[in-house]
Amino acid sequence: MPELHGIYAVWKRELLVYLREKERVVGSFVSPLLWLFVFGSGIGGSMYAGTSGSGAYQAFIFPGILTMSVLFVSMFYGLYIIWDRKLDFLKEVLVAPVSRSSIFLGKVSGGVSDALIQGVIILVIGAFFIVHISPAQFIGTILVLVLLTFFTTSLGLIIGANLHSQEGFALVMNFVMWPMFFFSGALFPVSQLPAYFEPISLANPVTYAVDALRTVILGQSLFPFYLDIGVLLAASAIASVIGIISFGNLQQAK
Amino acid sequence: MAIISCKGLTKRYDTKVLAVDRLNLDIEEGEVFGLLGPNGAGKTTTISMLCTLIHATSGAASVAGFDIGRQPSLVRKSIGIVFQEPSVDDLLTGRENLDLHGMLYHMAGPERKRRIDEMLELVGLTDRADDLVREYSGGMRRRLEIARGLMHSPKVLFLDEPTLGLDPQSRTHIWDYIRTLSKEHGTTMVLTTHYMEEADLLCNRVGIISQGKIIALGTPRELKSKIGEDIVRLKGAVDAQKLKRLKFVKKVAQADGVTTVALVDAPANLQALLKEVGKVDSVEVREVTLNDVFLHYTGKEIHQEEGEGGWFERVARSGGNRA
Repeated sequence: MPELHGIYAVWKRELLVYLREKERVVGSFVSPLLWLFVFGSGIGGSMYAGTSGSGAYQAFIFPGILTMSVLFVSMFYGLYIIWDRKLDFLKEVLVAPVSRSSIFLGKVSGGVSDALIQGVIILVIGAFFIVHISPAQFIGTILVLVLLTFFTTSLGLIIGANLHSQEGFALVMNFVMWPMFFFSGALFPVSQLPAYFEPISLANPVTYAVDALRTVILGQSLFPFYLDIGVLLAASAIASVIGIISFGNLQQAK
Repeated sequence: MAIISCKGLTKRYDTKVLAVDRLNLDIEEGEVFGLLGPNGAGKTTTISMLCTLIHATSGAASVAGFDIGRQPSLVRKSIGIVFQEPSVDDLLTGRENLDLHGMLYHMAGPERKRRIDEMLELVGLTDRADDLVREYSGGMRRRLEIARGLMHSPKVLFLDEPTLGLDPQSRTHIWDYIRTLSKEHGTTMVLTTHYMEEADLLCNRVGIISQGKIIALGTPRELKSKIGEDIVRLKGAVDAQKLKRLKFVKKVAQADGVTTVALVDAPANLQALLKEVGKVDSVEVREVTLNDVFLHYTGKEIHQEEGEGGWFERVARSGGNRA
């Protein structure tokens, strides 16, 4: 299977590069840990002053912060092709006899792996300090994270492939990444949002990932689990189709 | 049949910039073809189109018998490319870069390993194969890129400024290998270069490209003979008019007390020339180089801007340096 060879080559490269960029790996842990331990305990403490409830809030946002960290890692990863297109490995890959869909899938699996490495570490930290996680819950969480990061990596790649300047990057941060995080119910139940925000939350695939993770880790849920998974599968499928088309049209940057 | 054939190949960026303008060009199998031209002439754009990295705006081209527009993956299988800008991965070792390349070109494990060793040996990187590319010098990166482009034994190899930034020793090394590849494996090569000497030494045929069009095409010898065969530089008081009357003199230019004469067959005619000139301070004879040809064809704009003299006068003023 020559195409599998190509997917494997692209994936392997992404993983090697990620593991060697130690600053990137280390840097990506700082903000989720700040959210969990500073924001989580501070807000939790003030909301539940005098009770032991701050731990409960930390547990509540734990699936949300886990989502946030993999969301950011995978989106950044995808957007990186804006730079990659100008130099580096991408040119070498684009001129190789490998189909654009394989390149896309190799890239996506690279992003999923990068994000999972981070996800697993945060999950382990959480299991020690925040909430008990059984082996079955651990595996369930990973599976949900694979679906989520498949979608978010694809989304990042789609945007990156269609974005022609690095200046667009900040726009994507502010108009895509942060809204996806805030409307997902990561920090508070979606039901607490004003009614007019509800459609946005419901249209946000990340909402279902947060809900699925809360179901698996805490046993709390807003939607049926099959709906969460169904939405994530559909979102990933749609994103891969658009991604493959975008990569098909990808040309070397001038 | 030509291994590369361009018919009216055109690339327009946005609506204004015409990077390549109805290019017609045939390159025969086994040829080492050089594309010469100033920056922005359209050399890299042409190569990018032939490598299927960018779409042509109009026109057609085939590489190794495959249409670049309709059969891009078959084209990609037949070609190798050495990019002008670095495209090897900093955070991988030299060996890893080559290994990934082999995988992308569907080479089986043992074959990959064998070719990697061969290629590393060829470009003299065996000792540094397992160091990160980040720690390589510019010349070493370049050599790695060349090794990579050759690794899957392509039918056509595109080299965009292959020896840019290399020290003279590595350059000679690469030249030798290009010649060997051409002679022993019949690999067709298309290279762009700024080094006239490189084109002269390596290329069977050269196309001079300016503003997206090929303005001169031929063997280095043919191109040079259009200018004259040799150039004589004379320092001292010389009567140019008198020289112009000589049969074997093609052109005379004077600047800063130096007279530059283009003539046919200097070894035979030098004495006659000097007899006509009389006493001068110094005499220098050299052959016409592709550099002179290049200036002749592309120097027009520069000379208009400067408002004086043509290529020949510029050669005269620059002291005949082979830039």
